[in-house]
Formats: sequence, C-alpha cells, structure tokens
Amino acid sequence: MLEPISVSLESLNLITLSPMLIAIGGALLILIIDLFKSDLDKTLYVILTMLILFVDFGATYSLAINERGFFDLMLIDGIAVVSQLIILIASLLFVPLALTASNKRFHEYSYPEYFALFLFMVAGFQFMVATDNLILMFVGLETASLSLYTLIAMHNTRGAHEAAIKYFTMGALAAGFFLMGSAVIYATTGSVELYEVAKILQSQMDKTGFMISALGGVVLMLVAVGFKVSLFPFHMWTPDVYEGSSAPMAGYMSIVPKLAMVVVAMRIFGVYINLDIQAVSYIIIIIAVITMTLANMMALVQNDVKRMLAYSSISHAGFVMAALALGTTKGNSSIFLYYGFFLITNLGAFAMLWISRHKKKSHHERYDHPFSKFAGMVSKSPMAAVIMAVFMLSLAGVPPFSLFWGKLYLISSVVDYGVATDEMKYIVLAIVMVLNSAIAAYYYLKLIVYMFLLSPSEDETVVYANQSRPLNVIIGILAVTTILSILYVQPLMEFVTYLVSSSGY
Amino acid sequence: MENILSILVFFPLVAGLLGFLVDKNSIRVYGIAVASIEFILSLWLWMLFDTSNAGFQFVEMIPLVPDFGISYYVAVDGISLFIIIMATLMTLIGIIALNIEKNIKNLIITLLFLEVAMIGVFVSLDAIIFYLFWEFSLVPMLYIIGAWGGERRIYAAVKFFLYTFAGSLIMLIGMLYVAYVYHSVSGAWSFAITDWYALVLPFEVEKYLFWAFFIGFAIKVPMFPFHTWLPYAHGQAPTVGSVILAAVLLKMGTYGFVRFSLPMFPDASVAYIMPVAILALIMIIYTAMVAYAQEDMKQVIAYSSVSHMGVIIIGTFAMNAEGITGSIFLMLSHGIVSGALFLLVGSIYDRRHTKLMSEFGGLASVMPKYALIYGIMLMASVGLPLTIGFVGEYLSLVGFFKVSPTLTVLAGTSIILGAVYMLTLYKRTFFGPVTNDANKKLMDLDGKELTALVPLVAIVIWLGIYPKPVLVPIDNSVKALTSFMHEKAHTPKAKATILVSKTTREVK
Repeated sequence: MLEPISVSLESLNLITLSPMLIAIGGALLILIIDLFKSDLDKTLYVILTMLILFVDFGATYSLAINERGFFDLMLIDGIAVVSQLIILIASLLFVPLALTASNKRFHEYSYPEYFALFLFMVAGFQFMVATDNLILMFVGLETASLSLYTLIAMHNTRGAHEAAIKYFTMGALAAGFFLMGSAVIYATTGSVELYEVAKILQSQMDKTGFMISALGGVVLMLVAVGFKVSLFPFHMWTPDVYEGSSAPMAGYMSIVPKLAMVVVAMRIFGVYINLDIQAVSYIIIIIAVITMTLANMMALVQNDVKRMLAYSSISHAGFVMAALALGTTKGNSSIFLYYGFFLITNLGAFAMLWISRHKKKSHHERYDHPFSKFAGMVSKSPMAAVIMAVFMLSLAGVPPFSLFWGKLYLISSVVDYGVATDEMKYIVLAIVMVLNSAIAAYYYLKLIVYMFLLSPSEDETVVYANQSRPLNVIIGILAVTTILSILYVQPLMEFVTYLVSSSGY
Repeated sequence: MENILSILVFFPLVAGLLGFLVDKNSIRVYGIAVASIEFILSLWLWMLFDTSNAGFQFVEMIPLVPDFGISYYVAVDGISLFIIIMATLMTLIGIIALNIEKNIKNLIITLLFLEVAMIGVFVSLDAIIFYLFWEFSLVPMLYIIGAWGGERRIYAAVKFFLYTFAGSLIMLIGMLYVAYVYHSVSGAWSFAITDWYALVLPFEVEKYLFWAFFIGFAIKVPMFPFHTWLPYAHGQAPTVGSVILAAVLLKMGTYGFVRFSLPMFPDASVAYIMPVAILALIMIIYTAMVAYAQEDMKQVIAYSSVSHMGVIIIGTFAMNAEGITGSIFLMLSHGIVSGALFLLVGSIYDRRHTKLMSEFGGLASVMPKYALIYGIMLMASVGLPLTIGFVGEYLSLVGFFKVSPTLTVLAGTSIILGAVYMLTLYKRTFFGPVTNDANKKLMDLDGKELTALVPLVAIVIWLGIYPKPVLVPIDNSVKALTSFMHEKAHTPKAKATILVSKTTREVK
C-alpha cells in the first residue's frame, strides 16, 4: 500500500501559477458564455479578452521574483516576468485589432472560440517561459502551438489553410526534435530540470564521451529552436505562413512565439554557454550570421511587402540569436529590449498592411500586398504613408525611432564582449551585423520609395477602406511610441536589466 | 540665453511640425520667415559668443539614458559656430531662391527638418546624439532628391542614403568600442565626446578606431574612392538640394574629422597622414580632371566640389593650427561658393531646361548681372586672392607645407586645375558670340535670385578682404585643439608633427 503523500498548500506556491490560470480561466469563461448564449457579438469577446489580459498583466507584474512553485516546476525569475509582460503587451495590442475587421472579410473573429484559443495560446507561452523544466516547456510549447495553428486556419482562406498545415507540419517536426533533445539530455544527465542538468554537466566537464552526447542534445534542441524562431536552414516555412495568415496575425507571430522560444533557448543554451562550452556559442553565432545575411538577400528580391516583412523578421531573429550566443547580462537584456522595440514597430508595420486592399483580387495576381499597391500612397493618404515610413525607418534602424535603440544596445553588447574578451571575431560579428542593417535598409527604403517617390498606380481596384477607429487608435499608439521612444528608453532599460540580472542571466 | 542652442535646434522642428497647418499658397513665406528667424538666432549666437574663449560655450546637458551614458549634450566652440551660421544662412538662401511649385509645402517642411538635423550635428557633443542627427539628416535629403530630382532621382537618392548609412554604421561600432573602453577605464558609461577626449588609447586600438571613424566620415566628405554617390546626387537633386548638400551636408564629414578623429586619435591621425593625404591628392587631381571632361555645367561644379573637399582634408591633416584653421575656413567658403554656383546653375536651368555647356555661349551679353555674379563666384572657387576662397585654401596649403612640401606642391595644382576647368566653363558659356538662338531672349536675374545671390557675393568679398572676425574665434579654438592633441599624443612621431603654433595672425 502506498504511503499517502502530504503536500502543504503553501509549499506549492500557487501564486506562481496565477497568470496562466487567469488566462485559462478566462478562456473557459468565454467558452461557457458561448454555451449559454450563442448569438453574442464579437465586441463582447474582444473586450472580455482584453480585460482578462489586463488582469493577467497585473498578476504577472506583481509576481515576486526568483520564486519556485508547484513542485519546483514553475520558475518565476526575471526573464520569465519580462518575457511574459512583453507577450501580454503584444497580445493586448493585437486583440483590439479584431474590432476593426468586417465580419465578412475576417469572419474568424466572429467565433468565440477564436478568443478562447487565443487565451489558451497566451497561457501556453506563459508556461513556456516560466519554467526550467524541459517537460513543462514542451507542454507549454505544444499548447501554444496547437492553438496557434488553429487560429491561423480559422482565417479560412485557401492561403490560410495552406499556412496552417505548413506551420503544423513544421511545428510537429520541431516538437519531435525538442522531445528528442530533451530525451538525450535526460539520458545523459538523468534530469529534465535545467539547473540539475547544469550541475551534472559541470561535474562531468572532463569526460569527452559524456560531453559529446550532451552536445548531441543541444544540436537537437537547436533544430527545434531553429524551426520555431525561424533560423537558417529551418526558416523556409516563415514567408509562406506569414503570407497566408491575416496581416496582424503575421505580425503577432513574428514576435510572441519567437520571443517565447528565444527564452527557452536562453535557458537551455545558457547552461552550456555559462559553462564556457565554446562550441555551442560558435554554432549559434554561425547560424545567426547565415540567418541574417541570407534572409536579407531573400528580402531584397521580394515583390510582396508581406513576404518582405517576413524575411526581414527572420533577419531580425538572426540578430537576436547573435546576442544570445554571448551569454552576458547585457546581451540577454538587449534581447528583451530589442523585442520590446521590435514589437511596437513590427506589429505596426504588419497592421498597416491591413488598411489598404484590393477591392477585388484579380486571380492572375500572385500577391496580396505587392509593392505596386503602395505606389504614390503619400498623395492618397499622406498620414498613413508617413506612419508606414516611420515603421520602415525604425526597422532599418534609423534614429531616433524605436528599433534604433534596440539595435544600438544589442550591437553594443556584442562589441563589449569583443573588447572584454579581446576577441577580434566578435568585432567582426558586429561589423557583419551593421552591414546587414545597411543591406536591410535597401528593402525598407524600397517601400518608402514606392510610397513617396513614385506616382500612384492607375489601378482603380485599389481602395483604402479598412481604416476603422480601433485600427487607427492602435496604429496611432504604435506610431507615437515608435517616434517618442527616446523618452522611455531609460526606464525600460533599467527595468529589463534589473530583471535579467536578478535572475542571473 | 543659456539655452540658445536648444532653441536653434528645436525651433525649426516645431516650425516644421506646425507648418503642416499652413496653407500651401502661403508656405513659401512661412518658410522664409522661419529660416530668417533661425538665421537671426544664429547671428545672435555669434553676438553672445565669447570670441576670446577657446572652449565650449552655451553648454547644456540633460541625461537621457543615464544607465547607458547617453545625454542631450550640446555646446558650441569657434570651430562649429560659423558652420552653424553658414548652415542657417544657406537654408535661408535655398528657400528664398526656391522656384519649385510641385508639392512646395512638403519641400519647405522637409527643408526645415533637414535644418534641425544639420544644426543638431554641429552642436552635439554626445556621440549618440551626434549620430542621431547625422543619420536623421539622410531622411529629408532622400526625400528632397527622390521627390523633386531629375530623371534618375530614385537611383541617386537611394545610393546617397545607402552609402552614408553603411559608412556611419561602421562608425557606430567605433563609437560603441570607445564607449566600452571608457566604461572599463572609468566604470561609468558615457558617450560625451569631452569625456572621450580624456581617454588615452594604445596605438594598436587607436588605429582600428581611426579607420572605423574614417569610413563614416570619408563617405560623407566624400573622399576618393567613396565619392561616386556625389555626382549622382548632385546631378539629380533639385537646386535647393544641391545647395544644401554641397554647402552643409558634406561639411559634416570634414567637421567629424576635426571633432572626433583628431582629438580622439592624435597618434593614429599622425601615423596615417600619408595614406589620407594621398587619397586627398587623388581626390584633388583626379576629380579636377574629371570636372574638366564634363559637358554638364552642374557636374563640373559637383566634381570641383569634391576636388576642393580634398584641400579641406589636406588642411585638416596638416596637424597644425594653420592647416586646421584654414580647412575650417575653407569649409565655410566652399559652402558659400559652391552653394552660390549651384544656385546660378539652377537659375540658368530654369530658363533653358538644360545644363549642357554646348547649349550656351555669349551669355555675358544677354545676362550681364548673371555673368558678373557667376564670374565672382567662379574666381572665389578657384581661389583668387581677395575672395573668400583664397584665405582657406592658402592657409590649408601653408599648414600642410610643414608636413610635406612635395605633396603640398601637388595639392597646389588644385588652384591651377581649378582655374583650367572653371575658366573653360566660363569661356564656353559666357564669352564669344551668342550662337544659340534660344539664348538671345534670356531674362537676366530677377529680384528673387538677386536677393539670394547678392548677400553671398557680399560675404565672398567681405571675408576675402577681411577674414579676421571669423578667423580669430576659429583660430582660438583650433589652437586649443592642437595643444590638446600635442599634450595627448604619446608616440614621438605624433608629438613632433603636431605643432603648437604661436602665430597665424600675419595672414589677414
């Protein structure tokens, strides 16, 4: 007969679970409401979702740092908090965009399930970043990913189905690799808790055979991370999936799932980088350099703005991975700062794609958002063109717009590391990064050239119809925060650095 | 008026933003009014400026990102003072002479934003703020060239943007490097240039940093072999774009050398005098020859502009007070003279819609005022004594003579070659019989153009005869700079080369 196990409620520290529970409870609430009364308008659900996210935000913000809970599965450290906050802000900016769309064109928002799934997804991402247990990471990853596949598919166009299935296939593969990697790590070290893994690795550093198999686990993990963060050579799905999803969804996907996976990568690879296993950081840097360069080259030749933005976000992911390979506090803080600024700009840029559309899509045209659609936009809707240009300049890293500060801090962390370790190759890495920024400037400029310098196309089917108040408000907020970023760089930097350094990264 | 510099920087910004509310038929007057106020403010700055003080004045410092050492840190000294005045003057002149009707509101507002960036670059003493204005200046210029330019305007605009953007990103790495070194030495982050001045770096580090900054500045100047964007930009830009580009934007590069490279890396600067001087010489001689081969009047002036920038570089790298003072004075004179020449080419282009020299001939009899002003500006460009061009060119060359007489002789050919292509241009355009019927009824300069050009002529002659009011403050600051560099340099070669001069006053 088994001994009864007594667990005191205090030792579970359930407060660490509160943010995710709020999101899950909210999702269930939405489903229950739908069960009782099914003809409710989407505005109810949008506002409800926003309120739940607000409460979630508050719960996350008030979490005590460096706490463990729920049988030590949950780890609430600084990066868990800061990444959850970024995820929630991105979600809060994304959800109200649903208010804007007409029910006919974007009918996915008329289903309450959409919002329930959305909240499940948010909870999944929150689980992913708030643990150092490989199994819980996987559970969070799968919860989030499965919801996300469905959200994409609910857009219900042929492109969306294709995108969802493509993403699902790739995601399943990535999940497989993640599991394999976890299995190898478990097989070699006997633990799925990363802090245990770190201890065991440290004690076994001199055993070559052991380290080789441990590194094998890292390589499998890297494949999984590569798929999710869209690093070369696992980035192929990105442009197609983004193209198939609705524009704001694509913007959301370029930030939140990637950030969650970057945090996972930071935790897993951080173990190895902190133990000074150079091979890991070299692999990551090489992949990062190839990713940013190749994606830039591909972005140069795109004819579609959405695909261009997809490639550009791959290239930005490469940037972030380069900082991740350093394993310094500044490098890790710069990643969150970068994502914070990138969120504002990229979500804005994708949302802007929404405001213009063809009345009727002619079927010989391959693309939804060809560059030619934006020709002479400045004469038709000058404000929209100016805002789009601001987002493009910000993405290119032109000061004083937001992403410049992210880029500055990120490149600074690379340069610092190079000077501190007296390794010329990190300076070279920084040079490669800035040259990539210069290449990237070309395709961002291309859109500006179309909008400002070319005359409008004669095409009468182009209409600028989707400008509703919620969209304008959200884009206004994003544009203002992009332009005035200099005013809040300091508090943001202080906050992020404090959280990251307090959790020992 | 402690914060006059902030007013100077942000007044055009506010005016530009409010400009959106002004009706497009009244925007020209609005632009002229704002630019005049800005110009008067900059003159007032000169009035308030203590010419006997060689250091930084009107210092303002507001921490922006204290954790990372970035602050809004502005000040002005003798070196930047006159470049600021020239920038406001040339913007004013550019707006007065404007004769574009298409989208004029956007153009005026863009010019005001550009003015913010230009003034910002010359007053910033914080590297990141400097970089911010430096990069931001690209955006309005991209729009000016791209929207109001000639046939291949988009190619020219994008080329201009990408070239400078790439170069300045390399410079940014240099800045981050210095900032980290400063951090590891002092324990605090700082991007203040005055803090960086105090940093004595080993030569091994200095040399890399020197080249990192060099790439950023050299592309802007533009030095050979990075100069290829400039003829395109000038060729395609509208008149006002060319005026501002030649007069002010190019000076950012040479100013950067004086403000950053020399005081921060005195040893590396001395060590690389020869490579830099040879590049500058190639610039001077090669582009002068290219200028001679041009058919297009504007291209001649564009290439001559590159050629004269070479003399400025030579003067800067003379590493003594004469040379540096001369190069700064030459920046001013080059700004005024080339700005005026671009205006003149612009006005003939407006009349005939061509800039080819072969289309003209005998204009002196049809447009006497035009020919006169053109002649004066041309002589100033060549460097005739008693014009503004002579003072700076002479001082630069005198300064460099102490470094290398041979190279100075070669650099001196700029005057001869300049005379060759400029006089050829003048001969083909203005002398001889009026061969082309289209030229017989050309209007002489009208009131608007005269308003823009006559003040420039007055300045050219005034400062050519009596440069002292401008030279003395520059000279004071430059002497402080050279003695600082002399102090800071630690390699024997640099100590020997950087001369702390006692006399330059004999040139008056």
